[in-house]
Amino acid sequence: MGSIKDKVAIIGMGCTKFGERWDASPEDLMVEAFKEAIEDAGIEPKDIEAAWQGNQFTEVNQGVSGLPLSEALKLPYIPVTHVENMCASGSEALRGACYAVASGAYKIALALGVEKLKDVGYGGLPELSLGMEGKLQALVSPNFTAPGMFAQMATRYFARYGLSPEEGKMMLAKISSKSHHNGTLCEKAHLRKEAPVDLIMKAPIIAWPLGLFDACGVSDGAAAAIVVRAEDAKNFRKDPVYIKALQVSVSSGEDMMYTDYDYTHVEPTYRAAIRAYKEAGVTNPREEISMAEVHDCFSITEAVTMEDLQFSPRGKVKEDIDAGRFNLDGPQPVQTDGGLKCFGHPIGASGLRMMYEEYKQLQGKCGARQVKNPRLGLTHNLGGFPPRCVVSVFIVGN
Amino acid sequence: MSGIVSYGAYIPWYRIDRKVIYSAMGWSGSANLLPGEKAVGNYDEDSITMAVASAVDCLNGIDRNTIDGVYFASISLPYKQRQNAAIIATALDLRADIKTADFTGSTRSGTTALAAACDAIKAGSARNILVCAADCRPAKPGSSQEQAFGDAAVSFLLGDDDPIAECKGTHSVSYDFADKWMADFDKFERPTEDRWIRDEGYNKFISEAIAGLAKKQKLLPKDVFRAAYPCLYARDHAIIGKSLGLEPNQIQPHLLDSVGDCGSAYPLILLAAALEEAHAQDNIITASWGSGSDALLFQVTEKIDAIKGNRKGVAKSLTSKRMLSNYSKFLSFRNIIPVDLGVRAETGIPWDQKPLSWRHRREILGLVGVRCKKCGTPQFPAQRVCVNPACKAIDQMEPYRFSDKKGRLFTYTEDHLGFTASPPAIYGMIDFAGGGRNEFEITDCEPGGVEVGMEVEMSFRRKFTDERRGTYFYFWKAVPTRV
Repeated sequence: MGSIKDKVAIIGMGCTKFGERWDASPEDLMVEAFKEAIEDAGIEPKDIEAAWQGNQFTEVNQGVSGLPLSEALKLPYIPVTHVENMCASGSEALRGACYAVASGAYKIALALGVEKLKDVGYGGLPELSLGMEGKLQALVSPNFTAPGMFAQMATRYFARYGLSPEEGKMMLAKISSKSHHNGTLCEKAHLRKEAPVDLIMKAPIIAWPLGLFDACGVSDGAAAAIVVRAEDAKNFRKDPVYIKALQVSVSSGEDMMYTDYDYTHVEPTYRAAIRAYKEAGVTNPREEISMAEVHDCFSITEAVTMEDLQFSPRGKVKEDIDAGRFNLDGPQPVQTDGGLKCFGHPIGASGLRMMYEEYKQLQGKCGARQVKNPRLGLTHNLGGFPPRCVVSVFIVGN
Repeated sequence: MSGIVSYGAYIPWYRIDRKVIYSAMGWSGSANLLPGEKAVGNYDEDSITMAVASAVDCLNGIDRNTIDGVYFASISLPYKQRQNAAIIATALDLRADIKTADFTGSTRSGTTALAAACDAIKAGSARNILVCAADCRPAKPGSSQEQAFGDAAVSFLLGDDDPIAECKGTHSVSYDFADKWMADFDKFERPTEDRWIRDEGYNKFISEAIAGLAKKQKLLPKDVFRAAYPCLYARDHAIIGKSLGLEPNQIQPHLLDSVGDCGSAYPLILLAAALEEAHAQDNIITASWGSGSDALLFQVTEKIDAIKGNRKGVAKSLTSKRMLSNYSKFLSFRNIIPVDLGVRAETGIPWDQKPLSWRHRREILGLVGVRCKKCGTPQFPAQRVCVNPACKAIDQMEPYRFSDKKGRLFTYTEDHLGFTASPPAIYGMIDFAGGGRNEFEITDCEPGGVEVGMEVEMSFRRKFTDERRGTYFYFWKAVPTRV
């Protein structure tokens, strides 16, 4: 396996206010993120030579193909590629743009993720009208929801490690409470209210054992990045952020159909992380990764992700949570901007929103939530469900 | 010698005490108020699904590739056009070169199907035929039918190879007696006056059919172990037996106060109950009601002992139950109160795709996956490349049926967001005995009623109903083991 390490740099980023953006169309969101990104990079739209657009629910007012992006931004006849890999769609857009400039084919490329979830007309994520693998899957699967599929990981985690429902839910409540606190420090976040653990514990159940505060916000938003070859980066700014690893791992069916999967971790996260650490030259992630934005679609997902990323030993994340390891003032802060939980989760934008936070942290621009002397930041997306998913693990540094 | 080779029965988990209905609705004819409880199909059950459940019980230990036909009797057929028996045959994963037929039009259809199967076997046109009878009938709220109707299914395998009960003969009487009817535009059955039904029909036709059978067979009342026939009116049910010279203990208990009037299945479920209590040489008569009556005589053989205890049957199924205390919930099960499934359900229901459903019919209707011939790993849905990471053989698969395998619940959730007519949606990961796993809905259970590690069985159910395209989608769900 080769490596992308230090071949590509991010020179500009933009991110919209996330939330229930009843005021904005996908075009509005794309322009909002794009405008900030090119101003941050100090370039003109005409400087962009190729673009990647990440989006999952094309049917929710987005449309298929690269046309929505090129028309909204009036990009002049350049190649625009639509990418879809569920919740990793935004990260996939960035990966495409990075590989394009690393290959030497282009000098400046744009990656933009956008999602307009709130136009669907009901709470939660839109139904996948085709199922994840076409119609057959819809006909032979439960009428499941994302909360239900991730809740089963909590059920199994509690059973495997002997946690009573009370103990397990308390562990999860601390995760959400921490992210709510971080969200209050972030102006662009969707949810900006403190949530004490006792409020979280009393919340209505969505999918047992997960309650309302165990689930992330369903939001509208967009985020964008401008990438160039590493050797050109300093021509644009003094503090570019360098790509250290771009890894994606996809389930191969055995977790869902073979009987070895324990449903207390996410195998593609573990596999992608191992490859990402190798690519970035990280040997001790618990010590070397300064901070992370992980895919906390649900509190239990963040818990097992800490173990899959080897931040915590297997079955021991509760001890790290209790010790405050991942809090803003802890040794390895995660979700410094509130995470999916509070910054929100417009699917196609989330990977680039995470990268936006790591980029700003590495540049020291995060004010009250600034991590001290960060060296490496990690982003993690998980699209689908624990036994059947798409995962990205990216690492960046200065 | 031809006759009944095997039997199976299915009585749904839910029951309702008739007092719950009465207290909700009141009823003008309180003099005729029926006592006891009745069986209620769950929201995802219908006559097809219940027939499949009884057939799975009936075919326990029998090679399904030997089955030559399926006759399905019901007056609550889910489809007017699209043969219901063919759906049952596919769900049971039977061969394609078999006879299938629907018998309907009268509650007599169950015995008619049974007699037709006996005739086909005697004529040599089939080695065996599976007869399924089931009814799951909606009734108008406040009606006498609502008090009477119960939901149940029963199956018999008729064959000429070592029967447990030999079919000695049949006798039928046919009358256009319009006691209850439904026109093609009716949703509910229409009744006429009970006194007329009772005195001009019920008290005459069953007796006439049984007497005719006894005369043909030269059978004396003392030679009868049990006469099994439906109960429309409790007092007159006893009078019919008495008029035939039978003692009360020769009349099969009618189950009206535990199962209810289960239509086409009624005389047959009583026959199954009689078999459970019978011994070799016992004579059992079963007779039906509806546009006349069919009477059939069976003589039990020594083979009865081999099957006893190996079937869920009637008596055991009666003991496993959940009382419905809520009348509104009862109405919602038959869609008499249509429950709002939310916008999510409207967008989530995939539009009908007949080519796909046909291509994957064994997986969707039969729960048939594959097993790798190289490493032995069962897998569902069917795969071309083996899912075992140590194998990954390509195109080394053979069909493998999961519907008759038990499973264990590996993990689960109770989902209040997912759409279902009976929230919350309970589903989880099932590990099958012998290998293979996947996510399945769990039904016939209530919140708090499942736990990690519990044993489950697979049950054929309605997955959802697409009213816009008039299509019922069936699939298999897991149920906590009942019997």
